[in-house]
Amino acid sequence: MPRAVADGPDGISDRVPPSIEVRDLRKSYGDIEAVRGVSFEVAVGETFGFLGPNGAGKSTTISMLCTLTEPSSGVARVSGHDVVRERLEVRRRIGLVFQDVTLDEYLTAEENLRFHADLYGVPKDIVAVRLHQVLEMVGLWDRRSGLVRTFSGGMKRRLEIARGLLHSPRVLFLDEPTVGLDPQTRAHIWEYIEQLRRREAVTIFLTTHYMDEAEHCDRIGIIDGGEIVAMGTPEALKAEVGLDRIELRAQDQDQVVGALRARFGLEPTVIEGAVTIRVANGAEFVPRLFGELGVPVLSVSVSRPTLDDVFMTFTGRTIRDAEASTSEVNATRPWMRAMRSR
Amino acid sequence: MTRRLKRNQRVDPVTIDNERRVGPGAGGSPPALQAAQALPRSGAPVSPGPSSGAFDAGGVLEVAAVRIAGGELRDDARAALVVWRRELIRFFRNRLRIVTSLAQPVLFLFVLGTGLASMVSKQGSVHGVALGAGIDFRTFMFPGVVGMTILFTAIFSAVSIVWDREFGFLREMLVAPVRRGAIIVGKCIGGATVATLQGLLMLALAGLVHVPYSPLLLLTLVGEMALAAFMLTAFGLMLAARITQVESFQVVMQFFVLPMFFLSGALFPLSNLPQWLAFLTKVDPLSYAVDPMRRAVLAHMAISAQTRRFLGGGMTWNGWRLPVGLELGLVAILGAVVLVIASRRFAKPD
Repeated sequence: MPRAVADGPDGISDRVPPSIEVRDLRKSYGDIEAVRGVSFEVAVGETFGFLGPNGAGKSTTISMLCTLTEPSSGVARVSGHDVVRERLEVRRRIGLVFQDVTLDEYLTAEENLRFHADLYGVPKDIVAVRLHQVLEMVGLWDRRSGLVRTFSGGMKRRLEIARGLLHSPRVLFLDEPTVGLDPQTRAHIWEYIEQLRRREAVTIFLTTHYMDEAEHCDRIGIIDGGEIVAMGTPEALKAEVGLDRIELRAQDQDQVVGALRARFGLEPTVIEGAVTIRVANGAEFVPRLFGELGVPVLSVSVSRPTLDDVFMTFTGRTIRDAEASTSEVNATRPWMRAMRSR
Repeated sequence: MTRRLKRNQRVDPVTIDNERRVGPGAGGSPPALQAAQALPRSGAPVSPGPSSGAFDAGGVLEVAAVRIAGGELRDDARAALVVWRRELIRFFRNRLRIVTSLAQPVLFLFVLGTGLASMVSKQGSVHGVALGAGIDFRTFMFPGVVGMTILFTAIFSAVSIVWDREFGFLREMLVAPVRRGAIIVGKCIGGATVATLQGLLMLALAGLVHVPYSPLLLLTLVGEMALAAFMLTAFGLMLAARITQVESFQVVMQFFVLPMFFLSGALFPLSNLPQWLAFLTKVDPLSYAVDPMRRAVLAHMAISAQTRRFLGGGMTWNGWRLPVGLELGLVAILGAVVLVIASRRFAKPD
């Protein structure tokens, strides 16, 4: 589990400094304020997820942390170094996996990695070992001599993750590591990420707009409209939403509804043929339910609140609605914009 | 190895307690950690100090110790080298491009050149100077066509950085802990090398247009080609810094490359031109790269002094014939200046 993060700047002295430290970070593009003053800390070794719809400011934030975009105001330190004043120091200590492919497709997998190793000055005698490790880890060792353009989308992403780790960074940034991949490949990518957390003990900062993926994180921050609206462990956030959902199916729905009202004082709703109730602790409630209901029931299912519910609670809309409304803003992605203006 | 470590001993005192790593699934000694430890053990004899101390027993491990360079001249040189190497790998891997790049100059030399040569020899003279007798028109054109090969390949290589941008690889280079100037220098020298290699292929055809394979001449030409390639690639990079879309490549070709080519005297002698055209040829940097090559070729031909003066009239400023050394010096200086501008443009932060 992640260690508790110091609440104020004073807490730093007697413990390990945070891996990422952000204070009131802002970024505007002309009139558009992409990031409106975010503050957070990520502990060493923690996996922190930035969750939010497309266009919420995730990529802009990550871009500032990676020294690619200069903040309009605010302070950010990565591995103890300021992202504006100590650009190179920061770059040495981070690995990046971008949203879109940044491999040279006309080179082989191994050539891409060797290029990276040379660029980052990984000592010669370590390159071979390290190359083998990272390629083995993402399951591409056998394909190391293949031209990257013959690779599938999932293979390319895995190769990028391997490359991001090649120089043993302190912090690995993953910007939407699974976007555009099929569910099976997404699951695989997460296996690799889990694996590298265990093996490399690296701090991972990732962004995603897949709610289910945020579950993999030690802690998540929900960002919407350039602001952090909630932060905590997935469990804690879901607990804040509170109630579990129980769905009951029965021959006689009305009887079940009536019994629930009479005996438990609940106010059930019928959704898609299932009697649905919301209670604080579903798993503990079910035995009681069976003991006291006295009405035959065909099936029962209990579901914990999802991060979708969390997002809904904090922003008042589902993440899909949020994406629909921000899709225009997203038309020019911050990454691309940042790069184009170079 | 040892030196590198000494220099980079400023390893972060970031430490990680065992809690996470020695959890389930991380049993034994993961290979990643072995590698991480391998470096300081073998390389750093010094044990005190925060960096090596991180490996002390006591439950605290320094993990990401494969640590690394950046920001110093040596690192920049290494970065430039690796970017250069990539250009070469890509060049040799794309055989089709090598062949197609050769098609255009070959067409110019053997189709246009032969056509023009027949016209010239029928007329017997140009501006009263006998041509047909001493020299093939294609011999005259040859240095120009070599220059053209260099021009097109160099600009194409430089502008490929726009493709790098489009397909994301530029970002991989730009986020590395090295100065961006180093990336640009690597790209420039890489493009120049590729252009020179492509020029060499053209040079191999010299015999077909009666240019002798004299070692001295070839050596001179290769040197001049390399210099021209350097300047032109730098020039292309300066343009590419402002190009954000692949489509803009056409604009570069129409407004820069073709005018440069036509005004350089690659296809016609620079003597006796109308004043406006003479002026334009003098502001074309390529003119100063083609002229020395032409002079080198003509010097190895048995032609009359009059022909030599007409064909090799070359670059004059106010009637003064520029010496070869000065022309080459100008090309080198221009290349350096333009490269600095290109680096600045790429280094500009967001």
